[in-house]
Amino acid sequence: MNLEVILRAGLSTGTILIFAAIGEIIAERAGVMNLGVEGMMLIGAMAAFKVAYATQNAWLGLLAGILAGGILSLAHGLVIIHFQADQTVSGLSLTFLGTGLALVLGEGLTGLNTPTIPSVDVPLLSSIPFIGRIFFTDFNILVYIGYLMIPLSWYFIFKTRPGMHLRAVGEKPSAADTLGVNVYGIRYLYTFVGGCLAGLAGASISIAISPGWYSSLTTSGQGWIAIALVIFARWNPVPAALGGYLFGMLRRFTLDLQGPMTILGVKNPFFYDHNLVFFLQMMPFILTIIALLWGSGAARRKRKGTPAALGIPYIRGERGL
Amino acid sequence: MTITTGEFPYAVEMRDIVLRFPGVLANDHVNFTLKKGEIHALLGENGAGKSTLMNVLAGLYRPESGEIKIKGKPVTFNSPKDAIASGIGMVHQHFMLVPTLTVTENILLGLKEPRFIMRLAKYDKKILALQEEFGLKADPSANIWQISVGEQQRVEILKTLYRGADILILDEPTAVLAPQEIEELMQTMRILVDQGKSIIFISHKLNEVKAVADRLTVLRKGKATAEGIDPQGLSRADLAELMVGREVIFQIDKKAQVPGEVVLEVDKLSTTNNRGLAAVKGVSFSIRQGEIFGIAGIAGNGQSELVEAITGLRESEGSIRINGVEVSNCSPGKAINCGVAHIPEDRTGVGTAPNLSVTKNVIMKNYTESPISNGWRINYPAAHDHAVDLKEGYDIQTPTVETQARKLSGGNLQKLILAREISGKPQLIVAMQPTRGLDVGAIESIQKLLLEQRSNGAAILLISEELDELLELSDRVAVIFNGELVGQMDASQADLNTIGMMMTGSLRSNE
Repeated sequence: MNLEVILRAGLSTGTILIFAAIGEIIAERAGVMNLGVEGMMLIGAMAAFKVAYATQNAWLGLLAGILAGGILSLAHGLVIIHFQADQTVSGLSLTFLGTGLALVLGEGLTGLNTPTIPSVDVPLLSSIPFIGRIFFTDFNILVYIGYLMIPLSWYFIFKTRPGMHLRAVGEKPSAADTLGVNVYGIRYLYTFVGGCLAGLAGASISIAISPGWYSSLTTSGQGWIAIALVIFARWNPVPAALGGYLFGMLRRFTLDLQGPMTILGVKNPFFYDHNLVFFLQMMPFILTIIALLWGSGAARRKRKGTPAALGIPYIRGERGL
Repeated sequence: MTITTGEFPYAVEMRDIVLRFPGVLANDHVNFTLKKGEIHALLGENGAGKSTLMNVLAGLYRPESGEIKIKGKPVTFNSPKDAIASGIGMVHQHFMLVPTLTVTENILLGLKEPRFIMRLAKYDKKILALQEEFGLKADPSANIWQISVGEQQRVEILKTLYRGADILILDEPTAVLAPQEIEELMQTMRILVDQGKSIIFISHKLNEVKAVADRLTVLRKGKATAEGIDPQGLSRADLAELMVGREVIFQIDKKAQVPGEVVLEVDKLSTTNNRGLAAVKGVSFSIRQGEIFGIAGIAGNGQSELVEAITGLRESEGSIRINGVEVSNCSPGKAINCGVAHIPEDRTGVGTAPNLSVTKNVIMKNYTESPISNGWRINYPAAHDHAVDLKEGYDIQTPTVETQARKLSGGNLQKLILAREISGKPQLIVAMQPTRGLDVGAIESIQKLLLEQRSNGAAILLISEELDELLELSDRVAVIFNGELVGQMDASQADLNTIGMMMTGSLRSNE
């Protein structure tokens, strides 16, 4: 068990969650709850893998993955923005739709080899002692993009004009509407952006961070973890990112815990014990639930974070939000 | 005072405006003109078509026919954007502000400037300068949820001014304000007009209209019953008749009567608000049969929490007895069974389920009783009959009793709530702001209903910010300040000055 390995594994696999969680934060900040993250991730992972294989070009695969997630999210957008249907129901069905499509279209992809997005060192930064070795050496390019996306998305949401419009539409669409802000247009746009990021998250699994297509095990429930992170982070990309990395580290930690025969001189109870392995694999998810309970309790106490119009269709001229 | 300048005497000219909603003719060939530099009051009952007409002017609705000219030029508005571009700014009755954004952000919302990065410090300064110019103070860097209702309204006005509006529509701006704030708003309106703005002032408070308006248009059931007349010659009764279409009795008919047994006894009641802070601090009072006990006070001094404790919606310490039975910390169901009727402040959030039909809303308290329920299922024909009875008995204006409650106007929704609460023959009625935001006709009928219940021997707890109404209806009054009752007196001996001082905490007395 090596702390450096765990930290680096957390940064690497956490990136997947960060893309998905930031996408969901952006959509939810605009008032659109999309519980279809898992489905969008899976279809993104499948499309990226399939296109990368067919074209033998990982970058085209990445683009395909992003677009696949985005296009699927538009189905959700149509149902909840245009037809003003229930967002929870539509989001859940999107997960089924995305999963189903991905499994059918991904038939026969298992075991194939595709080109992948390369891993690189960051020039200059990688030569910083210690920090450079941990954070900027031999990571997939997407991990570095993840680094950048955290401050950029935070800045976009809280410090720019489109970000302010985004938040206004999710908090009080009627106010935005009377000032000539296109509520429906903005909701469609950020639903799509959220879908693209979920697609990117999926693609970053299948053709970058842990390459391969393993049908529904490719994402293995990470879409749901991303949604939990959004709530835990109270719709703020920075804590969501920290949570994502932490979750990545936890997963690696529980894996590594099974390796050594002794820990600090004591016999390791987890050493290749098949029953306890299941328990260990469960731990990160249990911690997610605890974090969720704690996070939502804190959010309720402080009455902040949750976009006020989240999940509520906007109908012009109706009283209320 | 009429100012006519140069080429366009009228800032706004609306001719023959027709707009139909499903089942209603909201505007029936309405004419409306606004001269430059005047305050033009638009009166009418709820549902008379005032807000509809103004929403047409603000570009939210498109009229079926009719012509709109702004500063002499014919226009067609396809969206609020077009109206804003023509210099029209609307301050909505329900504020259109985003609570989590700052004052400056709310003002900048929807504009092209700043292009991308918000340099808020720079814009805060610009907003401050604008505030100076028109005397509209509100801290630019504060979030909307942190500032008072009066300040929020100023932000709404600033929003329109920042966009260069010179025609302002104020939709019932005084409905949400305390008396001092109303005075300040009228000052502001005069400053704005002096600076060359023109104002449309929607109201149904007649004294305000007479105090501030140069001209007056009255709508009734979608038609104009007076177009641009001078309000000064008219009496309060004349105006009311134009609005309601019949004579309105302003005199409240309250008979002297001797109160009976004690119904409600509240002893050393304390409770906390939603943030866990002390909201009601050791309040004691009692109300007898056939007595109205009024509590005055500025909103947020513990009124809501007191009402919620009595109606079983909030945990409390101390004692609440109804006819001798202890009900504190019991469920709302227990309170209902003890004969408590609750007329809440929030009509759509607490008082009704807006998406359910009128029928379902009126049976919400007695759905377990025969004939509406026969054991375990609801007898819908009986419920329907019950609803029709109440609709007719309480004059609730609704197409059918199957209409969703949210489609009712404020006054009719309040009548629905009263019908439900009163038809259960309550022993105690807890009424919070029962006439707030209602029009003359509706206020009259609500007050009449409350007095009827008083004659029938109900004990009534009335909480209102309308001091005149409170003093006229109540037998005894008290003032609540900072969670404490700071004075209990006979309504006949109360004077407005003393009460006003108690409301702001500058006078404390217990007798």
